[in-house]
Amino acid sequence: MSKKHTLLRLLKYILSKFKKQLVIIVLAIIISSICHVYGQLFLQTLIDDYITPLIGEENPIYTSLFQAIGFMAFIYVIGIFTTWLYSRLTVNVSQGVLKQIRDDMFEHMETLPIRYFDDNNHGDIMSYYINDTDALREMISQSIPNCIANGVLIIASFISMLTLNSYLTMMIILGVSIMLVVARYIGKKSATYFIARQKTVAKVNAYIEEMIDGQKVIQVFTHEEESKKKFDELNAELYENTKNANVYANIIMPIMGNIGYLVYVAIAILGGFLAIKTTTLSVGAIASFLLLTRGFTMHINQLSQQYNSIALALAGANRIFELIDAKSEKNEGKITLVNALRKEDGSLKESNTYTGIWAWKNPISKELTQLKGDIRFDLVDFSYVKGKKVLDDISLYAKPGQKIAFVGATGAGKTTIANLINRFYDIDEGTILYDGINIKDINKNDLRKSLGMVLQDVNLFTGTIMENLRYGRENASDEECIEAAKLANADKFIEKLPNGYNTIITDNGNNLSQGERQLLAIARCAVSNPPVMILDEATSSIDTRTEKDVQDGMDKLMEGRTVFVIAHRLSTIRNAKAIIVLENGKIIERGNHEDLLKAKGKYYELYTGAFELS
Amino acid sequence: MIKKILKSVREYKLGSILTVVFISLEVILDVLIPILMTKIIDEGINPKNLNIVFIIGGILVLVALLSLLFGYLSGTFAAISSSGFAKNLRHDMYYKIQEYSFENIEKFFSSSLVTRLTTDVNNVQMTYQMLIRIAIRAPMMFLFSLLMVFTIHKKLALVFLIIAPILGFLLLYIANKAHPLFESVFHTYDDLNNRVQENVRGIRVVKSYVQEDTEISKFKEISNKIYQNFMKAEKLVALNTPIMRLCIYSSIILISYLGSRFVIEGSLSTGELTGVITYAAQILNSLMMLSMVYVTCIISIPSMERITEVLEEKPTIQNGKKPIKEVENGEIEFNHMSFSYVKGKKVLKDINLTIKSGEMIGIIGGIGSSKSTLVNLIPRLYDVTSGSIKIAGKDVRDYDIKVLRDSVAVVLQKNVLFSGTIKENLQWGKKDATLDEIKKVCDISCCNEFISKLKDGYDTYIDQGGTNVSGGQKQRLCIARALLKSPKIIILDDSTSAVDTKTDAMIRKSFREYIPEVTKIIIAQRISSIEDCDRVIVLDNGEISDFDTPKNLLKHNKIYQEVYYSQVKGSDSNE
Repeated sequence: MSKKHTLLRLLKYILSKFKKQLVIIVLAIIISSICHVYGQLFLQTLIDDYITPLIGEENPIYTSLFQAIGFMAFIYVIGIFTTWLYSRLTVNVSQGVLKQIRDDMFEHMETLPIRYFDDNNHGDIMSYYINDTDALREMISQSIPNCIANGVLIIASFISMLTLNSYLTMMIILGVSIMLVVARYIGKKSATYFIARQKTVAKVNAYIEEMIDGQKVIQVFTHEEESKKKFDELNAELYENTKNANVYANIIMPIMGNIGYLVYVAIAILGGFLAIKTTTLSVGAIASFLLLTRGFTMHINQLSQQYNSIALALAGANRIFELIDAKSEKNEGKITLVNALRKEDGSLKESNTYTGIWAWKNPISKELTQLKGDIRFDLVDFSYVKGKKVLDDISLYAKPGQKIAFVGATGAGKTTIANLINRFYDIDEGTILYDGINIKDINKNDLRKSLGMVLQDVNLFTGTIMENLRYGRENASDEECIEAAKLANADKFIEKLPNGYNTIITDNGNNLSQGERQLLAIARCAVSNPPVMILDEATSSIDTRTEKDVQDGMDKLMEGRTVFVIAHRLSTIRNAKAIIVLENGKIIERGNHEDLLKAKGKYYELYTGAFELS
Repeated sequence: MIKKILKSVREYKLGSILTVVFISLEVILDVLIPILMTKIIDEGINPKNLNIVFIIGGILVLVALLSLLFGYLSGTFAAISSSGFAKNLRHDMYYKIQEYSFENIEKFFSSSLVTRLTTDVNNVQMTYQMLIRIAIRAPMMFLFSLLMVFTIHKKLALVFLIIAPILGFLLLYIANKAHPLFESVFHTYDDLNNRVQENVRGIRVVKSYVQEDTEISKFKEISNKIYQNFMKAEKLVALNTPIMRLCIYSSIILISYLGSRFVIEGSLSTGELTGVITYAAQILNSLMMLSMVYVTCIISIPSMERITEVLEEKPTIQNGKKPIKEVENGEIEFNHMSFSYVKGKKVLKDINLTIKSGEMIGIIGGIGSSKSTLVNLIPRLYDVTSGSIKIAGKDVRDYDIKVLRDSVAVVLQKNVLFSGTIKENLQWGKKDATLDEIKKVCDISCCNEFISKLKDGYDTYIDQGGTNVSGGQKQRLCIARALLKSPKIIILDDSTSAVDTKTDAMIRKSFREYIPEVTKIIIAQRISSIEDCDRVIVLDNGEISDFDTPKNLLKHNKIYQEVYYSQVKGSDSNE
């Protein structure tokens, strides 16, 4: 998107909600600027018409002079009022727009497909919310009013100058063109370095983050000197860019201001010459013209000061719009999940309350199909990047209540299969059927509600442990949550925490061990009580002694549900109904534990430890 | 605090002083210019004297060029010295952090250290630049202009003596009121950041539990809080400009009112009257600038505090007076050693052990039995709380830290590889290691098997955090890296958990073969990883439950038996 485009779009954004306020702001700025200038000009009138005639009088009559001063005061009062008005309203608009943008961004972000989060740097996404919106705040609350005020004054002085003398105005245009060329040059240089600086900052940030995260390794390897050396190099680069960016930002004002003075002198000499040697211009006119010149160049100077902040804000706005424009996940499925009752004749009837029986509801035929947990892949192909197949002709089935395990080396496609069932990614070819329904026809939210997922990397949210357990089912009672925690064997460590279930989790549960977090994730899934479960390395960080305790709970949890298990420790999947061995996106073996061992194929190799997992 | 931070200005002191000097010169010229501009009209054009126009015009050109030069120089020096100061601050902090012990690092969160080094330094840099530019400019402008007014007319100057304090008071009042509000906005920003981060990181959880709407409403709550607080703060600040105008306008009216009398009485000329009014704006504007400086300063105070904390943190582990420069062998002795992270809460209690040089020792124990802590004490990643640890008969605290850590190689549980090639990563162990040396350690740690399959071999690039190699490969690389140090003691802290059992066994076999003289300590969850050790330490809740050969342990140690049977029973039935 071009800068102009971004600016227009931003204005539209502002106009869409704050049209009235914006009109008032612009009007108020215009009036306040006019009052400001008028007050200054009136001073001359005051001196010429009211004060000078009284000079030397024995008994001067002040009435009319005081009246004039009163009039000036009146103009100023209007000026102050309008200044207050637009300053105050600008706060409404800038804060309102910011809130709107933040909310829109977040709301939209939640609809984006997983792919978006794979492809974009998390740090970048976060900086949209603070750095980029903050740059916008500065632009809306400072730069824009400033531009309007100066713009108004520039136009007003330009017209006045034109009416006074066109030759001199041409002179001014020449002078101002020089100023603008200079401003553009410096502004561009400055913006280039600011952007370069931004990039180096990101580089330095990444380096510091990597090194500080690995600080312990640095110490163990007494690698401090090397780490310092590399840092110094980056630091010097950052210094160079920061310095240059600031130099250009700092010198623009004195250069522009002083060129303005030079223009003033040129006009004074030329105008003086015209006024004194010829009769084309009156002395009074040239004096006024000079006053106007002074204001004119000053306003141009102030206008050019906004270049940087506007350029930065637009760059930020561009990124924000990129996020807002990113394509949302499609949710075209119409079939929904409902609670159901079984009638005496064996047929199903929709219910408004929780019954423990779930059914898929076809929106057109109103037909109900009981949710059983039968999942089938039929010749499924999938690729993250076009042309690079990650899964190739995958066909498999899981009958209701079966436990199916996936085994294979890193990159074999185990996790990918799991991510296809809940439609984190959409398949390229083939079909996935859920109780005989193509998952594409099922509403995504309902599909996901029916699938419980426990991932290797546990993400917890700021809030109490209880709130985290309740994440999947808001109306679960405390007892249900504690019951689930006991099932997952998380109860023991939770009870040991200072505030038990009310302990607040911060920073993704930084104060808990990886194993404890996995126990919480299992409990959280148990609370949500899904008909189908996907466990992706769910117990990888739990030590074998604890795992033994968890296992009973897990077995109970899995009872009666269809479960997909990806595990690195083969001991956890031994009792699976079917084990599917994947290699390079293809199924190379399948069968139960005993069969596969007898076959002495890949599974046998994996199991006996000749090959490496994960 | 400020003194401590300003120490980092160093070589940029001259630049800072020059900035101030050039700005002072610029201010003097800036005060002169309006006078000249008025004079050109009053004395040149109005009396129709072209000569005077030329003369004053010439002076004005000269003054403007000089002012441009000074402005250019002061701007440049300000940029150089403030960026340089920031560079030095970052340098000092980073160097300081390199001296930190584990304890020091854990005190600060690593994310907080990053912000301190970047955002906080940036704030201080901006404040510094503002200080050397405006903090001098504004008061000088104020004084010079006031002086000018005094020389023109003493009584009129009184107007400013009344209005300036009022304005100053109002501006300060607003700044002080608004500041805490802004602070609370920044705090809420942290919450916002946190919320976004959780959602970005945990998007799979949000989506699989279909919690988008709840998350949106939680976000809006925070967003709204920011809106409310920001509004409050900005509403106050929005009063600044009108108040400023009010004061300027009032002084213009007052001056016009009083001034006109003086003009009529004859004690003031009309030109002087306009002059005084021009100065009014300058005088009051400089107050405005001062209030801005004030606000920037109070906003950056927390940043300065956070920086000072980093600079003043005392590294808890430092070299002794006459550090020993050589570790003779790999014999380790724990002598009534206890350790606690937090005072009063011992995590290791009265440990007594002697490990002979060259022995292979296994350590097992459940979560929280302090296995890692025990081995971290050997290379002095932490210092013991009481008792002592000796290597080759000498207390670890008497060794030079670098020598000690070079001789004790720990492969940490939380392994980290750095962005760079495999070779570069391995060379952490030995800077100038040749390819042959690297190959040798890779043989021992069974890395060659997979490295030889990579297209770029040892030049394969590792992404940040080592995300493009598997967990087991990462662990083996980390072992190779540690071996390159040719240590006297090597410690594997659960470093083969993702390596398959066969390779795991091969690594231990090569350990025995290639580095028999090195003491080897292996922490493991898997019983097979320690089964062939000479002796095994069984830790239970920070105490040594047993220290014996695996065979004996299986006979009489309950914990060992329990772990053994839970793991071995499984595999028996399947082979």
